[in-house]
Amino acid sequence: MMYIAENEIWKLLETVFDPEIPVLNIVEMGIVREVNLNNNACEIKITPTYSGCPAMNTIENEIIKVLSKAGIKSVKVEKIFTETWTTDWIGQDARNKLRKYGIAPPEGESASDFYDNILTKNITCPYCKSTNTELTSEFGSTSCKSLHFCKDCHQPFEHFKCI
Amino acid sequence: MKLDNNVKNALFEFLLRMGDDRLILGHRLSEWCGHAPVIEEDIALGNIALDLIGQASAFLNFAAGVEGKGRTEDDLAYFRNETEFKNLQLVEQPNVDFAHTIVRQYFFDVYSNLVLTNLTSCPVNELAGMASKSLKESKYHLRHSKQWLLRLGDGTDLSNEKTQNAVNNLWRFTKEIFDIDETEKLLIEKGIVPEMSGFREKWLDSINKTFMEAKLKLPEDNLDFSAGSRNGFHTEHLGHLLAEMQILARSYPGAKW
Repeated sequence: MMYIAENEIWKLLETVFDPEIPVLNIVEMGIVREVNLNNNACEIKITPTYSGCPAMNTIENEIIKVLSKAGIKSVKVEKIFTETWTTDWIGQDARNKLRKYGIAPPEGESASDFYDNILTKNITCPYCKSTNTELTSEFGSTSCKSLHFCKDCHQPFEHFKCI
Repeated sequence: MKLDNNVKNALFEFLLRMGDDRLILGHRLSEWCGHAPVIEEDIALGNIALDLIGQASAFLNFAAGVEGKGRTEDDLAYFRNETEFKNLQLVEQPNVDFAHTIVRQYFFDVYSNLVLTNLTSCPVNELAGMASKSLKESKYHLRHSKQWLLRLGDGTDLSNEKTQNAVNNLWRFTKEIFDIDETEKLLIEKGIVPEMSGFREKWLDSINKTFMEAKLKLPEDNLDFSAGSRNGFHTEHLGHLLAEMQILARSYPGAKW
């Protein structure tokens, strides 16, 4: 019988990307909370980034596909709410990837009042690093992003909301 | 957490209220898709609708589990009739115009922030988790509706008039928001839902402050005639909304796409 270790499962999960933020995988995003391996059965606990995130179903199917392909017979994906997803779980590497991709990474920490005061904050432009920017709208192409405009390089850009 | 039957029933009821408020308001907001005054606002209302429907899905899914009769969140959303819905009458009111939409949203957002903040300390872990997740979203919903209210109220004569008109029309649906009935009393007594007294005062205080800044007047308190939504009494608007929301699921039960 084939044996797969837990760390290999985590590695496999790193090949599943968030369809809305294709530069980040679901482990970097902090979506995967727990991996429970029992013989050849695997239970994955995930938590949604936003309540209405329409990518959750795709992510769930993708997890099942990747793990089944690796030979795991029984894969169960459970959506949990006991931990509340926060952008604080996105590490420095992932933040750099976001910036390179043209999305300003979350600024501030979720526990601080940074995001409560977003209306008066100047998010750093991911293209020219200027802070001479303004908020266009708190709502962007996906739930997790807000719209901003850089007054120096005249480029509209998105910011990964800090929640 | 092991619960007695009567507490379980009360929790089920409470979760329906939380879920239905968000499902119905989310559906109402979705009616704006493609019709909002500017594209940023179209996206904003669509995003808020999505958050609310996502929250509804979590609350209703949990409700179905608590009920333990094998129903799913979809059964609860699509196969209950009007009198089985427990949402506030406020959230089922039609969009009418942008001012009505924003005033309805602002009244709800202030209330929602109070309730969710309170529920984050609930001893039922799943519920506390859902509340703390929803609260993060509810905070920026409130920021959105409040900013609009300030601009509409303290905008032009016409925008002020339309917004004041919306306030006057919707005010009568706000009193029942804070009625605490046997269901909630039991949950509070059992320590499942934290104490909610003083909520109406806190709510009114926030409304008052924003209204002062927005140059809007608080209506006289003599229009409180609507109540009973938590027990299934609704205005005529809910039935029409449900007809549209449920027709597909009822015409083609189990349909997948």
